[in-house]
Amino acid sequence: MTKLTIVAHDGVNFDIDAEDGSTVMENAVRNSVPGIEAECGGACACATCHVYIDDAWTEKVGSPQVMEEDMLDFAYDVRPTSRLSCQIKVTPELDGLIVHVPERQA
Amino acid sequence: MASLIETDIVIIGAGPVGLFAVFELGLYDLECHLIDILDRSGGQCTELYPEKPIYDIPAWPKISGQELTEKLLEQIKPFSPGFHFNRMVTGLEKLDDGRFEVTTDEGEKFRAKVIVVAAGGGSFQPKRPPIPGIEAFEGKGVFYSVRRIEDFRGQDVLIVGGGDSALDWTLNLQPVAASVTLVHRRAEFRAADDSVNKMLALREAGAVNFEIGQITALQGEDGALQGATLKGPEGERDIACTRMLPFFGLTMKLGPIADWGLNLNENLIAVDTEKFETSEPGIFAIGDINWYPGKLKLILSGFHEAALMAQAARKIVNPDKRVVFQYTTSSTSLQKKLGVK
Repeated sequence: MTKLTIVAHDGVNFDIDAEDGSTVMENAVRNSVPGIEAECGGACACATCHVYIDDAWTEKVGSPQVMEEDMLDFAYDVRPTSRLSCQIKVTPELDGLIVHVPERQA
Repeated sequence: MASLIETDIVIIGAGPVGLFAVFELGLYDLECHLIDILDRSGGQCTELYPEKPIYDIPAWPKISGQELTEKLLEQIKPFSPGFHFNRMVTGLEKLDDGRFEVTTDEGEKFRAKVIVVAAGGGSFQPKRPPIPGIEAFEGKGVFYSVRRIEDFRGQDVLIVGGGDSALDWTLNLQPVAASVTLVHRRAEFRAADDSVNKMLALREAGAVNFEIGQITALQGEDGALQGATLKGPEGERDIACTRMLPFFGLTMKLGPIADWGLNLNENLIAVDTEKFETSEPGIFAIGDINWYPGKLKLILSGFHEAALMAQAARKIVNPDKRVVFQYTTSSTSLQKKLGVK
């Protein structure tokens, strides 16, 4: 299990014990984090699971692949720290990861 | 001129479940017409994940959304269903003779004894970028598609997006508009290289503007657009524009189905689990759009629902016909319908 914190837009922290290999999106949905819609169910096809990686973690999480970067075009208020949470797999190296949910999904 | 099509069954939605319904209904000689808002069949399978493998279709350990759609089209070919794409069903009414009349946004009318709603997550509609107050400009200054080029003649056009639609309309509107500004959040595009090169050449020649950034606000009064705020790498500034075309892809909305008086359960159509009939006799709902206790949103479940729906639908269309249940494996009459030689 890996510790994961998802900060909802209203500032509420969701501290989650995430299974390694699961995606951040799956953990958000399982724990009913508001603001993560994940319309396409994790196919990297809708950009409604957009999150901002906490500044301290951007390097460890890494940058999006081409397909995810393309899909981010459909998200709103995209920043350098933007990722689609369905494309981030939980690993022991990410223990303590913090991500922030944007104001809204496009 | 508005046309009228009379048929046994109208299926709303040409995704995998709507397609398979044609097969189950076709075994009982029922003629089907399918209506879909997209420009081709397959629904989410071809629109959202054509290349993604699906692992839970029985007997197909792995099949892509595109392949599944092609296989279903092959399977229903003997029944020659009517396909009507690029249309949204807007109206559904019950006629005095007991049939239903379906109206589309293209003005066509269909009359059928049975309606099957297989609309998945609803109809695919353009995504509205969450810019405050954008609704007030829609249809006057903000458009999600170009229906008439004349609406853009002599206008200062702002196009937002980085895909083929954004690039194609930048190129196509440049000769008629007073000015065209393309805004995209980065310098890379998802569009065809040829279109990107043409756009860059026009930019070089001073014929179009290209800005990196995102639109955060709109200015204007009473729906008349006057400008937009661009948030770019160098901060915020205003761009003068009288027309805006945002291209942010598609999302699924329940749409007009919500107004048909059917019992709903959190935006899904409530059905029974014997026939998958809605609260209105003669209207069925199958696949992701329906809800019943224990519902699973699987293509597999939709196929099962289609088979049981067909049993109820045939009794409505041909109430006096005695039909014996048969298997395609052994029935020569079913095999004849399928074109088995």
